Amino acid sequence: MNKQSSILFSPVVDNNPITLQVLGICSALAVTTNMATSFVMAVSVMIVTALSSMFVSVIRKHIPDSIRIIVQMTIIASLVIVVDQVLEAYAYSTSKQLSVFVGLIITNCIVMGRAEGFAMSNPPLASFLDGAGNGLGYGLILMVVAFFRELIGSGKLFGITILPTVNNGGWYTPNGLMLLAPSAFFLIGMIIWAVRSYKPAQVEKSVFKIAPQHQLMEEH
Amino acid sequence: MSDINNNSIKKILLVTIILCLLCSVLVASTAVFLNARQEENKQLDMEKSILEVSGLVENVNALSREEVFKLSAEKLIPALVDLRTGTFYKGSELNVNSYNFNDALKSNKLSRALPISEDPALIKRQEYYSKVFMVKNAQGQLSVLILPVRGYGLWSTLYGFLALKGDLKTVQALTFYSQKETPGLGGEVDNPRWKAQWHNKSIDLGKGKLGIQVVKTESSTDSEERSHQVDAISGATLTSRGVSHLINFWLGSQGFGPFLKNLKRGAI
Repeated sequence: MNKQSSILFSPVVDNNPITLQVLGICSALAVTTNMATSFVMAVSVMIVTALSSMFVSVIRKHIPDSIRIIVQMTIIASLVIVVDQVLEAYAYSTSKQLSVFVGLIITNCIVMGRAEGFAMSNPPLASFLDGAGNGLGYGLILMVVAFFRELIGSGKLFGITILPTVNNGGWYTPNGLMLLAPSAFFLIGMIIWAVRSYKPAQVEKSVFKIAPQHQLMEEH
Repeated sequence: MSDINNNSIKKILLVTIILCLLCSVLVASTAVFLNARQEENKQLDMEKSILEVSGLVENVNALSREEVFKLSAEKLIPALVDLRTGTFYKGSELNVNSYNFNDALKSNKLSRALPISEDPALIKRQEYYSKVFMVKNAQGQLSVLILPVRGYGLWSTLYGFLALKGDLKTVQALTFYSQKETPGLGGEVDNPRWKAQWHNKSIDLGKGKLGIQVVKTESSTDSEERSHQVDAISGATLTSRGVSHLINFWLGSQGFGPFLKNLKRGAI
């Protein structure tokens, strides 16, 4: 794999912002009740991360250290507002469902994290790809979580009925927990578990060890 | 070299000013450029829910933008109602087409704060004038009257329309165009199957009282009593209670109650 495609694709599984870096959890909980909104959210985050990383990288040699976070925030915030406005104009019903969460991309840790962690010290093209890759990795997890939440929670995928629910005269009793935010926590936890079992290199070393109990007893 | 330069006060100010200018131009131009379309979207969304509740069309989403605007311009007759007197607004200061209750709520001349004892629907402020829509049949008689309603559910204020048939005591439909209740639980107020049971319910509770009861169980087999009852949404007690409060509030003496009485007597 050449360098550029590795920058783009390594955040998808190997260095996924949600499962490895555990960033951007907040919005992953909020918007994943159905796949359509998750998809729009994923695309929006990807656009914002890619473009903000690119712009930060373009001016990285001129950003004074003391105000660098504010400079990054300004760029990110402007892009988010633009995306929000475009959605409101061209995808009104989705933007109504996403409501404040598009605006909250500003506080999405992934965007800031990539701007500060990568774009500040890399050239524009690489930063753009890194941003897009991280957006892709975020979007992938979002879609997986939304797949389970929408299917189990309301028996649908992309709004199309797969399991007809009791409320609509079918047989499937939906699991209401899946529609509430905590279910995304459980799902993301399970995804992290699965990914780390498959790729043990991602398991972090324990920082502290719990002392075995018998040793404590002996000391007394 | 660049480090020293970059951290001088001059450079910091320069970077800040240029960045802010560029970003504000970007944001402002997007907002201005897209504003017309956004306003149109909001309008379209509102007209769609009015058309849906009026029962004029089967499936609103099958209509194109132009068809929605055309149909609502042709069929829906807007009017302002003075909620205090229960009559049509006759003055000239307010324009019925541009009137928006959200703007009225900001003005003390057009709305008032409700004390908690008079506010079962928890709307905090109530406007003096409400914009209703009428649909007339070929003979020029009122066939559907569409009343805007709102009230607090569990998490959010539900905004919607209640449509009454020409006899002014039978419900045509109820729909909410904006609500943020829990999806799958309170959010089921948008479920067509739940909304369908409102059709043909009677709001005439007798003794001059108007309203609908949202009940948990089929408490009565009496068909007369059932005709005022709607089943609550399972798993959404507070949203159902909110819907019940808001319907009864807006059909009551503080809402459209006096207007409906006057209209039925032909007094206005």
